[in-house]
Amino acid sequence: MQRATMDLWVGLFVLAGIGALLFLALKVGNMGTYSSAEGYTLVGNFENIGGLKVRAPVKSAGVVVGRVTDIQLNTKTYDAAVTMNIDTRYQFPKDTFASILTSGLLGEQYIGLAAGGDDTLLKNGDKIMKTNSALVLEELIGRFLFDKASENKEEKNGKD
Amino acid sequence: MPRRVAIGIRGIGHRVIDSTWRLGYASRFFLLILLKSGTSLRRFSLVIRELYFTGVLSLIIISVSGLFVGMVLGLQGYETLQRFGAESAVGTMVALSLVRELGPVVAALLFASRAGSAITAEIGLMKATEQLAAMEMMAVDPIARVVAPRFWAGVISMPFLAAMFSVVGVFGGYLVAVVLIGVDDGSFWSQMQNAVDFRYDIVNGIIKTCVFGVAVTAVAVFEGYDASPTAEGVSGATTRTVVTSSLVILGLDFALTSFMFRGMS
Repeated sequence: MQRATMDLWVGLFVLAGIGALLFLALKVGNMGTYSSAEGYTLVGNFENIGGLKVRAPVKSAGVVVGRVTDIQLNTKTYDAAVTMNIDTRYQFPKDTFASILTSGLLGEQYIGLAAGGDDTLLKNGDKIMKTNSALVLEELIGRFLFDKASENKEEKNGKD
Repeated sequence: MPRRVAIGIRGIGHRVIDSTWRLGYASRFFLLILLKSGTSLRRFSLVIRELYFTGVLSLIIISVSGLFVGMVLGLQGYETLQRFGAESAVGTMVALSLVRELGPVVAALLFASRAGSAITAEIGLMKATEQLAAMEMMAVDPIARVVAPRFWAGVISMPFLAAMFSVVGVFGGYLVAVVLIGVDDGSFWSQMQNAVDFRYDIVNGIIKTCVFGVAVTAVAVFEGYDASPTAEGVSGATTRTVVTSSLVILGLDFALTSFMFRGMS
């Protein structure tokens, strides 16, 4: 085969390979929509994080604004310290409310940020003061059953 | 009776010493390739020639199998996910399984049987017809002239081939899930982009393919160079290339996966 045609084919091959890598990075992956390089960190302490995992999305009004980067147990207060990385494009006021929510009944858990009305904004490394724990289904069912049982007891006591 | 036991033990010892020797020989050969690859990288046209044979000519089998693997993933993923009402997650499933596992592994297996066997047969036949010896007579180092360019061509083309496999596979999944079955177009892509992380999923996949590329081509050139210079020897070496490199790929894949995706979501 001619040297020039071989070079052409190999050049096309390499270009197609680079194109495939770019496609994976931009269209299949999340590099086009959000990059974790530029962002600031916020910390929130939650009583119970339920099934929240590292890399779970942080959403505000349903828009992904960042990701959870680290989850650790605070051994002084015995609650979970969740570190999240927020895109610098989005700034939140000081009294922002962070709660752990679930997308759908069985979906993944994420952190929802509800902006408050304060004039000062959260800075890099700041702590979110107002947090709301994850809803744990077992606890909820347990409380419901307990309530039902005590109701029945009261009714019985009333009849006597 | 003790005589027979002694023969048995001697057989085991012989085998162990033999395989250890072969392992050492292979490692030394691998080091030699790395040491002598300077010439082949300077005369890059040699590598380009081999890139044509290992990379460009493997494109058809890689893209056709990628398409079919992606389409099957789309069908099976839809079939399972729609039971939970999560059929829009089919894009996530197709993309994650392709980028993390199937892309690197299946592309490497195909590469081993398509290009690895060809490399072994070529080098083995060169040895059988004493072309390698003739080169040495002319003071041309066969490792630098024949082996190293093939090795580097394989190492370079493997990540590209695996990336193309993944891309064509995602396209196949798109064809089946969106075009054929009618999953929503927007949620197919957006859920995929939400779930696939660039550094965590894609970069780890690329690291895998690079490791596989080195492993497959190293096995292929070694088996070719080590083949006994007969027709039988070359055919045996080609078989060993495919078998060994397939096993090496699967073993390395497990090891790499357990390091990369351990205990994470």
